Amino acid sequence: MKGLKIVVLAKQVPDTRNVGKDAMKADGTVNRAALPAIFNPEDLNALEQALRLKDKYEGTEVTLLTMGPGRAAEVIREGLYRGADNGILLSDRAFAGSDTLATSYALSCTLKKMGKIDVIIAGRQAIDGDTAQVGPQVAEKLGLPQITYAEDIESAEKGKIVVKRRLERGVETVEGKLPMVVTVNASAPECRPRNAKFVMKYKHARAVSEMQNATEDYIALHSNRPYLNIGEWSVNDIDTNAEELGLTGSPTKVKSIENVVFQAKEAKVLEPTDADMGELMKELIANHTIG
Amino acid sequence: MNNVFVYCEIEEGQVADVSLELLTKGRKLADDLKCELEAIVIGHELKGVEKQVMPFGVDKVWIADDKRLYPYTTLPHTSILVKLFEEEKPQIALMGATSIGRDLGPRVSSALHSGLTADCTSLVIGDHEDKKNKKEYKDLLYQIRPAFGGNIVATIINPDCRPQMATVREGVMKKEIVSDAYKGKVKNIDVEKYVKPEDFVIKVIERHMEKSKVNIKNAGIIVAGGYGVGSKENFALLTELAEVIGGEVGASRAAVDAGFASHERQIGQTGVTVRPKLYIACGISGQIQHTAGMEESAMVIAINTDKNAPINAFADYVITGDIATVLPKMIKQYKENTK
Repeated sequence: MKGLKIVVLAKQVPDTRNVGKDAMKADGTVNRAALPAIFNPEDLNALEQALRLKDKYEGTEVTLLTMGPGRAAEVIREGLYRGADNGILLSDRAFAGSDTLATSYALSCTLKKMGKIDVIIAGRQAIDGDTAQVGPQVAEKLGLPQITYAEDIESAEKGKIVVKRRLERGVETVEGKLPMVVTVNASAPECRPRNAKFVMKYKHARAVSEMQNATEDYIALHSNRPYLNIGEWSVNDIDTNAEELGLTGSPTKVKSIENVVFQAKEAKVLEPTDADMGELMKELIANHTIG
Repeated sequence: MNNVFVYCEIEEGQVADVSLELLTKGRKLADDLKCELEAIVIGHELKGVEKQVMPFGVDKVWIADDKRLYPYTTLPHTSILVKLFEEEKPQIALMGATSIGRDLGPRVSSALHSGLTADCTSLVIGDHEDKKNKKEYKDLLYQIRPAFGGNIVATIINPDCRPQMATVREGVMKKEIVSDAYKGKVKNIDVEKYVKPEDFVIKVIERHMEKSKVNIKNAGIIVAGGYGVGSKENFALLTELAEVIGGEVGASRAAVDAGFASHERQIGQTGVTVRPKLYIACGISGQIQHTAGMEESAMVIAINTDKNAPINAFADYVITGDIATVLPKMIKQYKENTK
């Protein structure tokens, strides 16, 4: 049977769990260069769902789509190492300053250009913004239905998709028609590790903007092995309305940013002794806080 | 026209707490803006639902009642909101940052090309001057939220697009009745005029919802543990202390990720927000992701081996020491002093 055409939306994100002192620039914007860049965790859960469908339905093709600077091609390599078939890096200064809506617009224009797609799978949200907006916004711009908070894509065959969702207070199984946009929770199975064979095959895969200082030998290697060329699209490769891109196309604006400063407040310092703990308990009982 | 709208979530005929909290905030914003507060309820068998929302100061309730509208699915709820917003032109639209609000909000904002800010921790009205384009804006909604893993707090505005949309998590805003006698109008939505047959393309084939078992949100005393608690065994000490003094156990995200406690106990930006009268923070360093969810506690006791832990800035009492030493002493002293 004919397989599915799946696109996984993945984002390279600063590892907000390891933020250092130089993380913010003087103008209050994030200094992404100073932070380790990682594959957004829930996008890895999304990739795993796509790879499971590929395991299940012969002939399925998994393509990663990421928007970002040249170095975001790393996300595509990580996907290739795990079993994805190919990837597209969408990279252009015209996208700079995009909020979720402008990002969704650029991605949806790209997806339209990519031809017929059966399932678009994304992580529920990215750890740098935690908004969970891009998936549904892309779906709306493509006029497709959406299934968010997915934990397991149970099946995607005969034009139907069945998905188990994990919500705050329970689970729900829903059925819809393909094509569909699905966003995947962290509660879904973890992504499989890199496969050594794919690492060997794709470790030299590069996008055009990563090849600027490449040696002639390296360029020759790439022309001999076309699968090493990671597709890179700019704004000129997709049909867009410039007013909906980047900062101009973003209805939300950042008015101000404050670094978090902890205010000192007078606190009683106690020793971990019976005497001090006894005093503390007496105080708390006396002022009706406990007891 | 140009009022404040709140989308109210329904579970088993009851308006969700998060929606009532947003109505309370919405009432305050409407007062500041001298406009009206309107609520939207979409579901099935909603007879009398207006009585649940009006006491929160709702001037108009829009009700869409149809058996296809419950349980929630994305597209019909989106269609109703999009068309209603096009007709009524709200200046502000709020919804819960729940699995429903976070599914619906972005869809509606994308259709209307209006800005949406997720997971706001504070909403206030203020002005804005766009120096570059020399434009002045009056009475915008400041949508304030932690960003970038909680290391910064950003104020987001939507100067030009309406409605200004925001989602807020459950427990972040206070819920307060204005008056049991508050009277507003009821408007029934003619569902057929708002939805399309193809909106019902997604079918819910199975559904298991549970009432939340753990209720840390309303607990008066919370004993919360962080990664610094170190082990599940040490975490049991927190449970013991909580039982003895009549509290609930909470946890930071790091402690939940480490498997010390279940997700429903998570306090902070990605968990619930709590305002107990006593918060005992054990082995919690005090990153803003966590403190955003507990900083309004009336009294905070911080127990930490690091005497410079950021949590201490929030504390009324700082105990520098090891959980395994301090907690048993607290339990023993409590028992001795309540004999």
